[in-house]
Amino acid sequence: MPPITRLFVKTSLLYLVAAFGAGVLLALRPLLPLPAFVAGLSPVYFHLFMVGWVMQIIVGVAYWMFPKWSKLLPRGHDGLALATYALLNVGLLLRVIAEPAQTVSAWPGWGWLIVLAATLQWLAGLAFIANTWPRVKEK
Amino acid sequence: MPRLSAWFVRTALLYLGLGFTFGGLLLANKGVPLHPLTWRLLPAHIEFLLFGWTLQLVFGVAFWILPRWQTQRGDVRPAWVALLLVNTGIWLVVLTAWLNWPAWVLPGGRLLEAAAVIAFAVHAWPRIKPWMETTD
Ligand code: HEM
Repeated sequence: MPPITRLFVKTSLLYLVAAFGAGVLLALRPLLPLPAFVAGLSPVYFHLFMVGWVMQIIVGVAYWMFPKWSKLLPRGHDGLALATYALLNVGLLLRVIAEPAQTVSAWPGWGWLIVLAATLQWLAGLAFIANTWPRVKEK
Repeated sequence: MPRLSAWFVRTALLYLGLGFTFGGLLLANKGVPLHPLTWRLLPAHIEFLLFGWTLQLVFGVAFWILPRWQTQRGDVRPAWVALLLVNTGIWLVVLTAWLNWPAWVLPGGRLLEAAAVIAFAVHAWPRIKPWMETTD
């Protein structure tokens, strides 16, 4: 398994644990006096699963297993794969913090951090598509 | 990968692009309100990413790597039908939400999505060998 794939797969497993952690917090909310931001975690909970775990493990395994691009660039541009990793994770972590924070704090900066989180994840999607598209070919 | 897998995976990547774009707009709009109509992207965001992207990627990769008979993948027609049905279903669901089409079109779209899954299962079932059969 190439090192870039290991990075994606291990990170994806951390998100899987984090997603279940968020699920536990959400389930405890009616029972314990938890901080108010916990109520704002529900979209985060779902996206920790779908973006943090599912999407990330797909990106890592596709990088590893999809047909080779060319002899020179068998897995596409590694810079683009690493950029996908950085953009997806910084974007998602920012969302995890800023989206619930905005529900409990009036600081306008949270809104702009959410915009940044959205932009980074969007760019991650584009980087992945750009690096993967040429590898999807008939044989 | 075989031709049908390339179709599934390329289509999936297109939906990923659209679904992430809509997700990005929805999220940005939560941070700094852009326009109230932005929320109307939510049904397409969900449909495109769960079925357009994730489901079709799974179909494409399954069609490619499930066990074969020598080089043959068995009856491939139901798998092609699945490609057609799932995409028609997705757009019926999304366009009903956007264009205020008659209410029955939405369950119709969902029915096509369900039929797509059945069609794919009909294709894939014999490729997954019975429990007692020896494997190679
Ligand atoms: C494979 C990836 C994804 C899947 C399957 C997915 C799926 C979903 C689903 C099912 C919902 C509805 C959840 C609910 O109503 O509670 C949703 C909502 C949403 N998604 Fe995604 N999503 C994905 C990626 C993204 C990305 C990358 C972004 C942003 C860049 C995003 C932004 C949003 C936003 C802002 C909402 C609305 C949250 C709210 O109700 O306040 N999603 N998504």
